[in-house]
Amino acid sequence: MNKAEQALRELHEMDALAAGDSPLHRLCPLAKFLFTAAYIAAVVSFGRYDLARLAPLLLMAALLYQLAGIPVGKCFHKLRFVLPLVLAVGLFNPLLDRAPMLTLGGVVISGGVVSMLTMMAKGTLCLMASFLLMATTRVDALCAGLRRLRVPGFLLSLLLLTYRYVGVMTEEVAVMTDAYALRAPGQRGVAFRAWGSFLGQLLLRSMDRAEELYAAMLLRGYREEFPYAEAAPCAARDAAFLSVGAALLLLLRFVNVSALLGGLLMR
Amino acid sequence: MIEFDNVSFAYEPGRPVLRKLSFRIGDGEAVGLIGANGAGKSTVMKVLLGLLPCEGRVLVDGAAVKWDTLREIRRKLGFVLQNSDHQMFMPTVLEDMTFGPLNYGATRAEAEARADAALARLGISELKRRHNHKLSGGEKRMAAIATILAMEPEAILMDEPTAALDPRNRRLVINVIRSLTQTKLVASHDLDMILDTCSRVLLLSGGTLAADGAAETVLRDRALLEAHRMELPLRLQ
Ligand SMILES: Nc1ncnc2c1ncn2[C@@H]1O[C@H](COP(=O)(O)OP(=O)(O)O)[C@@H](O)[C@H]1O
Ligand SMILES: [Mg+2]
Repeated sequence: MNKAEQALRELHEMDALAAGDSPLHRLCPLAKFLFTAAYIAAVVSFGRYDLARLAPLLLMAALLYQLAGIPVGKCFHKLRFVLPLVLAVGLFNPLLDRAPMLTLGGVVISGGVVSMLTMMAKGTLCLMASFLLMATTRVDALCAGLRRLRVPGFLLSLLLLTYRYVGVMTEEVAVMTDAYALRAPGQRGVAFRAWGSFLGQLLLRSMDRAEELYAAMLLRGYREEFPYAEAAPCAARDAAFLSVGAALLLLLRFVNVSALLGGLLMR
Repeated sequence: MIEFDNVSFAYEPGRPVLRKLSFRIGDGEAVGLIGANGAGKSTVMKVLLGLLPCEGRVLVDGAAVKWDTLREIRRKLGFVLQNSDHQMFMPTVLEDMTFGPLNYGATRAEAEARADAALARLGISELKRRHNHKLSGGEKRMAAIATILAMEPEAILMDEPTAALDPRNRRLVINVIRSLTQTKLVASHDLDMILDTCSRVLLLSGGTLAADGAAETVLRDRALLEAHRMELPLRLQ
């Protein structure tokens, strides 16, 4: 099994995860979506040196993973290809911002290092939150929820198709890397000079397939509505989750809880 | 029920794939659409389903295939795609089977009842809760056919239904096709299968019909078949 096939298996596993059962799975998709959006907004809105204040949010995410019965490690394992990209974002900060910020055990730490770590933490938290949403909510149920928010149908089609399209593309990569490997024995991966034609082919092939997939949906009456998604109506439970969650996020955002707790402990 | 009237189509200007193609298929007929690779069999199916725009007229039950009739026409015509992986896009077999009926306004209970009936009819009830990506090739093809049956179409179109199946699964699929009572249009170059499942044959070549007649006659005509890059069914050789 090559890497792409492995990725494909894992993608299918997302569907299986989302079909699981836990208090979090049972919440209505809309409530989860709104909470995730609020969570991401809260994470992103912290200042570039506010590393310490992200800690409670990490705790919050860890608790939610517990509640969903999904090991946090699973998220990092599945996102191991994306994670480096997210982590790379702040990589140049230490070079750009050398002003000393604090000293830890005699080592001077510059503002750049702190802001790099903050950016990495922010990226990781956002990934963790999105992953949890996808791992506890089925895409079509999510689309059905968003449809109720009056999100235009074509946008949802796009979301749904992108989700399925990633699968299609990965499958094409699997087939093509196999075909390539068979004719280029003893070579690891696809040679750099072949990338151009490889990518071009990949795009053409997966477009053909995606087109056919969309046709298959149309032929069975797809109209950018989602009657087939499990219609879990939002209940009191969901409203409670959302308001408690939002209140917590507001608290963490506008009150420096870490410092307060730290202060309490110091006394 | 299906009528092509002087239908022409080209993917690229100047290279027509269908040229003034005309034929008529009556209610309850079982028709094989044969032709060498690239003859345009799949294209005929797509034109019929309104997936490709064409010149000329395509009628289904007397109604022209156009934007405002598409939904109704697509409800009447169940299309089994050549590649079942494209057909089955939901996570599980059951969800795929209820997708169509729900889109057409059935309740969840009705949709599931229809799915159950279709699965039982094909003797594959055990596949109901399975995940699509874990099915074998043969299972997937059967599930894809069940998916279309659950839509209770008046006619069933199949594109290469026996392609990429092992002999046993091929046999199973042939038996299923034979047992279907709806109007059938089956595109294939598997002439043995066509001989088993269809009573009439349309031979497509160069974008037009090179022959239209009883399966027993057309499929026995060695000269005709060879002139259009095909061979006699093995059984008749
Ligand atoms: N998307 C497309 N774009 C351009 N040409 C196509 C496309 N699909 C098929 N063709 C061409 O149209 C002709 C008929 O194809 P097709 O209907 O798939 O044949 P068949 O199903 O009988 O094998 C072939 O010559 C093929 O190369
Ligand atoms: Mg074809």
